[in-house]
Amino acid sequence: MSGNAKEQILDFVRARYPQAEIDETQDIFALGFVNSLFAMELVMFIEKTFEVTIPNDELKIDNFRSANTMAELVDRLSPARV
Amino acid sequence: MTTLAETAPGALQVTDRKSARAFVDTHIVPYADAYDRQGRVPEELLERMTAAGLWAPFLPRETGGGGMDLVTLGEVHEEVGRGCSSVRSLLTVHTMVSWAVQRWGSPAQREQWVPALGRGDVLAAFCLSEPGAGSDASGIATNVVEKNGGWVLNGVKKWITNGQRADLFLVFARTATSIGAFLVPRDSPGVEVTPIEDMLGTRASMIAEISFRDVALGPDALLGPSGFTAGMVLTGTLDLGRYSVATGSVGIIQAALEACAAYASRRTVGGSLLKDLPLIQAKLSDMVTDARAARLLVAEAGRLKDAGEASTIMATWVAKYFASTAAARHASEAVQIHGANGCGHDYPVARLYRDAKVMEIIEGSNEIQRITIASQAEREII
Repeated sequence: MSGNAKEQILDFVRARYPQAEIDETQDIFALGFVNSLFAMELVMFIEKTFEVTIPNDELKIDNFRSANTMAELVDRLSPARV
Repeated sequence: MTTLAETAPGALQVTDRKSARAFVDTHIVPYADAYDRQGRVPEELLERMTAAGLWAPFLPRETGGGGMDLVTLGEVHEEVGRGCSSVRSLLTVHTMVSWAVQRWGSPAQREQWVPALGRGDVLAAFCLSEPGAGSDASGIATNVVEKNGGWVLNGVKKWITNGQRADLFLVFARTATSIGAFLVPRDSPGVEVTPIEDMLGTRASMIAEISFRDVALGPDALLGPSGFTAGMVLTGTLDLGRYSVATGSVGIIQAALEACAAYASRRTVGGSLLKDLPLIQAKLSDMVTDARAARLLVAEAGRLKDAGEASTIMATWVAKYFASTAAARHASEAVQIHGANGCGHDYPVARLYRDAKVMEIIEGSNEIQRITIASQAEREII
């Protein structure tokens, strides 16, 4: 799922900030535009798109720094695949 | 768990717009002006709302709630807002806190509070504004410090809807690193409630100033995540509050329309009924049009919430901005249509006029709404 998840997450971030040049490793916090509103949108997007619920103890800044770390979060929260 | 049907057998249950309308027409509309003059909603109505399942019907069924979707919740709040903005305001803040505990609470916090909030056994208030900070949440001065494994809370909150009556406060306070949300029972030592009387509008919403002096809280008082995502508790809760205010604003427009249609159908000027005068028809047609447009914007925001779409936040800003400004405009026109009668106590439009003004200020002033709408548009479009 990770590859697909990364692309979907990047698409979401780029759609919100089309002027920003972002790749899957880039720290979006370092770009300076993340606030509590965008954090809320990110959480809603991830929960809706990947059908997961992010528990409070996973709502840590390091999980949301980049498309890579968010995709890893999605992998951890997704039901085990066979 | 005790169900509503058990606590009040035979009571009208509010499950949709139709049953909400029946409840409001029976139990609220005839008395709303009296509530406004008395400056409070009587306990009897609060109990009727409990029996009707009105307080937090959106909570999941497994917690004792009704599992109501947010589009329907918006329709219910619109109907209550049509009857009385003060009562709707009580629902708004209770909804915000109930949602926040359900969404962000630990299993223990949910078990402790959600069923009681759902039934209305515990009523809640949302404590953000302060004497020196309103729409600018970053300016709050109320603070908590960690002590003995728990927290100590100090500060003053102002303009707190239902502060006079609520049993549980959701208090936003500055921590060492960010802003956190804390569940504070009213009976905690160091909590002092001072009623604020004689407000311009929503006069019966039992507004208070609440002081917290060295209030000792346990470690389980903190609601939701800490760190960078702590602001999401505030963002998400205010979003739901704005949604409720938007629905209530639609209710004000509808109430203004209904009052004006009735008045214009029996009042004559120069031998003509008001309803036959083109300038009055223009005002009424604008009310009809804006009521429909605002209702659609609110429904879109609600649909996006039910779908879990992040775009609901922007949709709610737009709905609240449009509906509240339309409510203020049409409530003013409603007074105009009623002439001197509209300035007295014999008709509801003076109350609607005063209440509508409040809608442009609460849950983020409309100036803030416009800034955020423009900012969002800039990053998405420009």
